[in-house]
Amino acid sequence: MSLSRKTAVAGVFEHPTRFAPDKSLFQIMGESVRGALDDAGLTIKDVNGVCTTGIGMSGMGIVGFCDYLNLTPNFVDSTSIGGSSFVAHTAHAAAAIHAGLCDVCVVVYGSTAASSRFAIGTGGGAGGSGDPCDQYEVPFGPTTVGAYAMIAQRHMHDYGTTSEQLAEIAVTMRLHAAKYREPITVADVLASRIISSPLHLLDCCIISDGGGALVITSAERARDLKKKPVYILGAGETVRHAARGKRDFLEIAAAQSGRLAFERAGVAHKDIDMAMIYDSFTITVLATLENLGFCKRGEGGAFVSGGRLRFDGDFPINTDGGGLSSNHPGMRGIFLVIEATKQLRCECGPRQVKDCKIALAHGTGGALGTRHSGATLILSNQ
Amino acid sequence: MAEQTQPKKYSKPLPHLDEENRPWWEALQRHELYIQKCRECGDTRYYPRALCTSCMSAKTEWMKCSGRGKVYTFTTTYQNQTPGFRESIPYIMAYVELDEGLKMLTNIIDCAPEQVKIGMPVEVVYEDVTPEVTLAKFRPAR
Repeated sequence: MSLSRKTAVAGVFEHPTRFAPDKSLFQIMGESVRGALDDAGLTIKDVNGVCTTGIGMSGMGIVGFCDYLNLTPNFVDSTSIGGSSFVAHTAHAAAAIHAGLCDVCVVVYGSTAASSRFAIGTGGGAGGSGDPCDQYEVPFGPTTVGAYAMIAQRHMHDYGTTSEQLAEIAVTMRLHAAKYREPITVADVLASRIISSPLHLLDCCIISDGGGALVITSAERARDLKKKPVYILGAGETVRHAARGKRDFLEIAAAQSGRLAFERAGVAHKDIDMAMIYDSFTITVLATLENLGFCKRGEGGAFVSGGRLRFDGDFPINTDGGGLSSNHPGMRGIFLVIEATKQLRCECGPRQVKDCKIALAHGTGGALGTRHSGATLILSNQ
Repeated sequence: MAEQTQPKKYSKPLPHLDEENRPWWEALQRHELYIQKCRECGDTRYYPRALCTSCMSAKTEWMKCSGRGKVYTFTTTYQNQTPGFRESIPYIMAYVELDEGLKMLTNIIDCAPEQVKIGMPVEVVYEDVTPEVTLAKFRPAR
């Protein structure tokens, strides 16, 4: 049974904060839920499904958050697969609504990473803890950025991809984040210090506070609400890891989750008007675009060049400025769905993509060079 | 009285040894590197685990490695807040593809950052970091 166009994103809200030492985590999340419900024209009384993860200290933060908002939902999902989680939650909420498990589901995220001074990308793993696989990695000093850097290094070796090509991704994201930050050039990226070779400081996402929420409901109900529905056409999710020592590291989760999402949505690559591609690092974007099939493997460097990814280019991505320049509170997936929805509603003002009818969001969670998840979602305003 | 110089305590994160992985770590203590091979279907695997991921058989053979391989990919790390590594930057982290065909995460040592290259032949070096733990690192093949 196809889920295509049976459910919709009815409300979205991106919390305006980038640094909130005066707010608690649950407060940011609560304000985000209120914002998304206002956007949809619904109230907290309508909510009977909740999806969130990566919050709180107990490992079951979703229960604590329901306590905070005094919610007793019929459906909860705290799938925790890294930054892509909220893209996957959106698909899970759609399936749950379609199956009759709940009617109105909020997907919510919040983080005080910046004000709590978390070293998201450059902290290493702790010893003696973690999963079995971690025991063969933590003694050697892995970092998140290092795991992505090894993908970049191999891509450069196999295909001649350059630091200049990666830098253009960062430059484009900064252009899209004009309301938050000053523009940068390719030379600025190359002149920034190396964090983990070949990635420079400006190849890496920023660290911010932030939060956001989505309201998902049936297409039928969404049509009676305040905003034009953004329909969920298809989704896919999977993981990639070391594959018992035999992995081809340039093949990432997006290859499988993307293929599933396209098949389920019944659309083709040429139908995608804009994409939201998780940009923890510049290489994340390049590898994801190749693996989703927007260009062939090895051609990512040329594909991202020449302004193609700009909001006014041939293949606009991350028109909100992405994690590289707008916000990255640790797990950015929710912002991918928020911005894709805003584009499809034509609410993006100066960064609006023309004639935007179908958008793709792809979240990456974890680290491309060790273990990661990928979740792809295809949305449309028609 | 002059202060006595104590050997520096090893401060980098250590692996957790358990009954499933202990034989592998004990072999490293003897300066031997092993991968596993399924006695049912012949599939090889690293890191060590109790079941074959291809056929779920628990019948496992330990295969001793030559200790030789090539750099599959690498990164030189200039920033890491973890105690032990914070003091060791820059250091080279790499996947080495063993001659036996499996890739393992490791460090390349005795090698300047500008020397390391993908495809470079490397050989294992055993670093006894604590009485229980020996790490398999690699250096340019001699």
